[in-house]
Amino acid sequence: MSLMRATSPHARAGDSTAKVMLQVAAATLPGVLALVIYFGIGVLINIALCSITALACEAAIVKLRQRPVAFYLKDCSAFVTALLLGIALPPYCPWWLPVIGASTAIVLAKHLYGGMGYNPFNPAMVGYVVLLISFPVDMTRWVGPAEIINGAPGIDEALSLVFGFGGYNVDGFTRATPLDIVRLNESVLLSQLYATEPVLDQGTVAGLGWEAANFGFLIGGLFLLFRRVITWHAPVAMLGTLTLMSLLFYDSGSSLSEGSPMLHLFSGATMLGAFFIITDPVSGATSNKGRLTFGAGVGLLVYIIRAWGSYPDAVAFAVLLMNFAAPTIDNYTLPRTYGHKSARRATDLEER
Amino acid sequence: MTAPYGEISRNGLWSNNPALVQLLGLCPLLAVTGSVVNAIGLGLATTGVLTCSNLAVSLVRRQMPDTVRLPASVMIIATFVTCAELLMKAFTYELYLVLGIFIPLIVTNCTILGRADAFASKNPVLPSLVDGFMMGLGFTLVLITIGAVREVLGQGTLFADMDLLLGPMAADWTISVMGPDYPGFLVAVLPPGAFLVAGLLIAAKNTIDASIERRRSQQIKVMPGAKRVRVTGKIT
Repeated sequence: MSLMRATSPHARAGDSTAKVMLQVAAATLPGVLALVIYFGIGVLINIALCSITALACEAAIVKLRQRPVAFYLKDCSAFVTALLLGIALPPYCPWWLPVIGASTAIVLAKHLYGGMGYNPFNPAMVGYVVLLISFPVDMTRWVGPAEIINGAPGIDEALSLVFGFGGYNVDGFTRATPLDIVRLNESVLLSQLYATEPVLDQGTVAGLGWEAANFGFLIGGLFLLFRRVITWHAPVAMLGTLTLMSLLFYDSGSSLSEGSPMLHLFSGATMLGAFFIITDPVSGATSNKGRLTFGAGVGLLVYIIRAWGSYPDAVAFAVLLMNFAAPTIDNYTLPRTYGHKSARRATDLEER
Repeated sequence: MTAPYGEISRNGLWSNNPALVQLLGLCPLLAVTGSVVNAIGLGLATTGVLTCSNLAVSLVRRQMPDTVRLPASVMIIATFVTCAELLMKAFTYELYLVLGIFIPLIVTNCTILGRADAFASKNPVLPSLVDGFMMGLGFTLVLITIGAVREVLGQGTLFADMDLLLGPMAADWTISVMGPDYPGFLVAVLPPGAFLVAGLLIAAKNTIDASIERRRSQQIKVMPGAKRVRVTGKIT
């Protein structure tokens, strides 16, 4: 009788990178569905353009680096990067925005740093930030919810907006986002603002469409938690810090208020960031304590940039800034190894 | 003895290029290469200062005791930088305003002190002069390359505002590479763009060097005639 001789761990989940990535992709479905219902098919065009570009770039650069192309394409990580970038980009933006963003994300942020598993920054967020600081006008035009602009652009309108023919102008569809409305308001009480602005008036807490999309991403995030693809630490820390900060500066809705906690939790890219971006195992912190610190830092920065910065949303900047800090956080949150009195630091001298 | 001018030139322009190999003078390299005209302006000023300072340091190299060699070099360099600054104020005032603090900052450019100390203080006058000029030229060429890439990507033009440097005759030299509707890839003009372009340029240089090296080693391997291989006795 031959005994199987294998080293530990003996219990295996059978998870491969591709399986994890596909679960993440599947978990974005409710959020994407909400975006399609409220803002039309723009997000699907973005995702398609991003995916095609990202996979082409991935194949080209993996080939250039003399690595097995099919192996790296099959792990779906480039697809998930493209998916997240496509969701984050404003719908109906010109076609070259997703193309530049996705190629930047894959070539610059991922492969120049060593490829899968080596990127210090979240590739999707690098792509987004490069676009945001390069093309601020195109990147800050977000269409209004379908019910407010009398129907989202149809397929032919959408294609003509994206590929720039037919003479449609996206300005006809764009409206200020709830976060913009609240941030730029300095004259009326929040309650009056909620009554006069249609996007806030027709929504429940954080603007029509936006709250549904965020709710969708929250559902998807809970699915990932349930499947144990991600842990609760980073999302809970981020959402908790964001709630705390917005509670501190809410001042029950004066004209100088920076918005209610519900607005901050359910508007912008909060839930997408909390469950899909900051849970990236590569560019985030490693230990559970580290994840708590990382998430809290992101939540704090998101609030600071949203309230006192000049950009429409802050998740991408906050995530990149905390990615910078992740190695330091990891160094100070190393768990104690069994048998050692205290946790060691990566900077400690080797024991002799 | 004839000094190896070819060697000196190749060092300055390619194999020991101050910007691509020594990575000296990165501050102006990254800060002012947003356009070709800025790059040429700063490159010329740096080349002028570098050539003159190498010449002067080489002239007084026997009189300088080791203890004050560095301070004396810095004083000489500062003098020439002041000259360059005053000259630019006199003849290309608009460009001087654009380049701003980076003209006086040439004095802290490590390339210049580096060449003064590493070459001019040990070598005769003429080789030092050639070294200063070639190092400056190599630096300028890298500046212009980065400036051109960043200007094309960031603004879609090439040689815009050349009249700041060359006077009214260059006023219409602007070439619109990307067409009038180009939205401008702003990140190329911002500091990150400088880091990216400089990094890619260094990578390109290393790739070229590696391929030259590979070709050379392949050429050596081909030897005429069969080679006897020793199969008996003690093989070490």
